[in-house]
Amino acid sequence: MITLALRAGSSPRRVLPGFGLSLGVSLLFVSLVLLLPMTGLFGQLADLSLAQYWAIITDGRVVASYTVTMGAAAVAAIVNAAFGLLLAWVLVRYEFPGRRLLDALMDLPFALPTAVAGITLATLYSSNGWMGRLLEPLGLQVAYTWVGIALAMAFTSIPFVVRTVQPVLEDLPVEVDEAALTLGASDGTAFRRVILPHLWPALVTGTGLAFVRSLGEFGAIIFIAGNMPYETEITALMIFVKLQEYDYAGASAIASVVLFVSLALLLAINLWQGRFIKRLHGGMG
Amino acid sequence: MSIRLQNIAKTYGPPGRGAARALDPLDLEIREGELIGLLGPSGSGKTTLLRIIAGLEAADHTPAPGRILFGDRDVTHVHVRDRRIGFVFQHYALFRHMTVYDNVAFGLTVMPRRQRPTGGEIRARVHRLLEMVQLEPLANRYPAQLSGGQQQRVSLARALALRPDVLLLDEPFGALDAKVRQELRRWLRHLHDELNFTSVFVTHDQEEALELSDRVVVMSNGRIEQIDTPDSLYRAPANRFVFEFLGDVNHLEGEVRDGTLTCGDARLAVELPDGPEELLLRPHEVKLAEAPTADARLPATVTAISPVGAEVRVELAADWMASPWLATLRHADYERLDLRRGQRLYALPRRWHRFPAEPDTRPTRAREAVS
Repeated sequence: MITLALRAGSSPRRVLPGFGLSLGVSLLFVSLVLLLPMTGLFGQLADLSLAQYWAIITDGRVVASYTVTMGAAAVAAIVNAAFGLLLAWVLVRYEFPGRRLLDALMDLPFALPTAVAGITLATLYSSNGWMGRLLEPLGLQVAYTWVGIALAMAFTSIPFVVRTVQPVLEDLPVEVDEAALTLGASDGTAFRRVILPHLWPALVTGTGLAFVRSLGEFGAIIFIAGNMPYETEITALMIFVKLQEYDYAGASAIASVVLFVSLALLLAINLWQGRFIKRLHGGMG
Repeated sequence: MSIRLQNIAKTYGPPGRGAARALDPLDLEIREGELIGLLGPSGSGKTTLLRIIAGLEAADHTPAPGRILFGDRDVTHVHVRDRRIGFVFQHYALFRHMTVYDNVAFGLTVMPRRQRPTGGEIRARVHRLLEMVQLEPLANRYPAQLSGGQQQRVSLARALALRPDVLLLDEPFGALDAKVRQELRRWLRHLHDELNFTSVFVTHDQEEALELSDRVVVMSNGRIEQIDTPDSLYRAPANRFVFEFLGDVNHLEGEVRDGTLTCGDARLAVELPDGPEELLLRPHEVKLAEAPTADARLPATVTAISPVGAEVRVELAADWMASPWLATLRHADYERLDLRRGQRLYALPRRWHRFPAEPDTRPTRAREAVS
C-alpha cells in the first residue's frame, strides 16, 4: 500500500508520523559521527600507493601485533562467552539478595574509563600487586604477557555478552525448560537441545561484539601489555606509534585493516543471524 | 493409572509470617481412566495442585509429609522426568527452533540410548501421532507458522509421544478463541475415550469443566469445595461458593417477617423463620410477567435484551436489587411479552435456593414457587 501510494505520488500519507524528519535527522547524525571520520580515514589512505599500503600493513612488527591482538581477543571472547552466558543465566533465572547490584555491576566496564581499568589491572597483576604476588610463585605471569592483554580485553567486553543474552533469556519462558524435563530430558540435555539453541544467535552476536570491541581496545591494554615489539604489542598501539611519528597515512593504513576485519565480522554475524531469526518468527526459513 | 494424593499442602515463601498458603492439606483420589477437571477462580490453587501432581513443584514436608501415588507406585520423591507424565502447558511451550516433527519426537530422542526406539520406530510413532492430531501435512513447519489451536495440538502430541501413565493439562484451551476451544474440547474428549489414559486438566471456565470432565473438583482458596460429577454438581452444589461459581446467580436479600420476605418495595412469600435472609436464583428460574401474583411482587425494569442462541437474556434493574438480575426466557415467551427496553414488569421466581451461613449445613432444597 505504502509503495503504491509513493509510486503514484498521491496524497495518502503514512499513518505513523514523522518519518521524513526522523530519518533525516538519523542520517545526518550517522553522516557526521560515523561516515565523515571514516571518509577522513580513507582520505589519508589516498596519499599512499598500493605498494606502500601493502608494505605498511604487512610489516613484520605489525603482523606480529595482528597475531597478538586477534589471539588475545579470541581468547577473551571465548572466555566471555562462557562466563557472560553464566552471568546472564544467574541474573535472569534466580532470585537472590544482591541480584540488582550484580546486574548494575555488569555495566561497570562501560562506565569506567578504560585507562583507569588498565592501570588498576596492571597494579593488581604486576609482580608485587595483590594478585601478581599470588600467581608469580605458581609460574603464572599475567602482567606484561598476552594473558594480561586477554584479561584486560575480557574486562572491557564482558557487558556485550551479558547484555545481549540477558533479554533473550528473559524472553524464554520457564515452561519451555519444564516441558523438556517432563519429556524426560536430563538437565544437560534440556540445556543443550532446548535452551542453548534459543540463546545461540544472541550469544554469537554478543561474543562477536565483544571480539570486535577487543580488537580496538587501547586504554585498558597498554598499561598491562608491557608493549614488547613482536611479543606484546597490540595493533591499536601500532597505530598510536605511527601517529606519534606523525605518519598519519601509515596509521590510517593499519586502522583500515582493523576496520575491515571488524566490519566483515559484524556483517557475517548479521547475515547468519537473520536466517536463524526468520525461523523463530515464522518466515519460511 | 489411578492417582492418589494424601495430605498434600503447599506454602510459598519462608515459614512464619511471610508464608502464603497456596493449598490447604487435601486428599484426592482419581480413578484409572478418569478425566478430571480442576475448576476454580484464579488463585484457588488448582494450577499448584496440578504442578505438584506433575512433580514440577514439591508439596510441603512439614508439618506432615504428603504422599502422591500413581497406582501403587509412590512417586512423592520421583523427579518429574521419571514420573511418566505428559504435561500440556497453557501457552504450549513448544520448542520454537524445532519443526513440528522434532517437537513431537523430542521425548523419544532424549531417552537413554538403551531404551531409545530405533530411528525407524521413532519416525513411525511420530507420524502416527501427527496423524492422530491431524497435523501430518505440517510436520516440517516451525511452531511460529501454526495457529494457536494447531500449536496446542502439537504440544498434546508431544506429551503423548512417551505414552504417559497420566496426562496433565494446565488450562489447555485458555489462550484460544471460543470456536477453536469448543472444537479442541470435543476432540480431547474423543481422544481420551479412545486412548483411555487418566487425565487431569485445570480450567477456570465452568462450562468447559462441566462439559469435558467425568468428575469436577471445585476449588477455592486452596481448598477443595466439592468433588462430583458435572450433573450432581450443578443440581446439588455443596455450598454457596460452588453454586455461585457454576453459573450466573441473582440475589434477593431481605428481611423475613410472618412468612413474607421484604426488600424495599419487593416482597415474596416464603416459608422461612423470621430474620434476615438471602435467596439465590438461577437466570432460568426467573419468569417475567406483566402483573404480580399474590405470592410475589418483584417489580423491575428491563435494561438490556440479547437474543443469543436458544434463549433470550434479559437484564433487569430495580432499586431493591443489590446488583442487576439476569433472566433467560424462551423466544416464545419473549415474543408473547413483547419486551422492550425500559419496560416495567414483574419477576416471578420459579424456585430459589438458600445457603445458610453456618458451615457444614446442607442447603435448604430449592422450593417450587407457585406460578
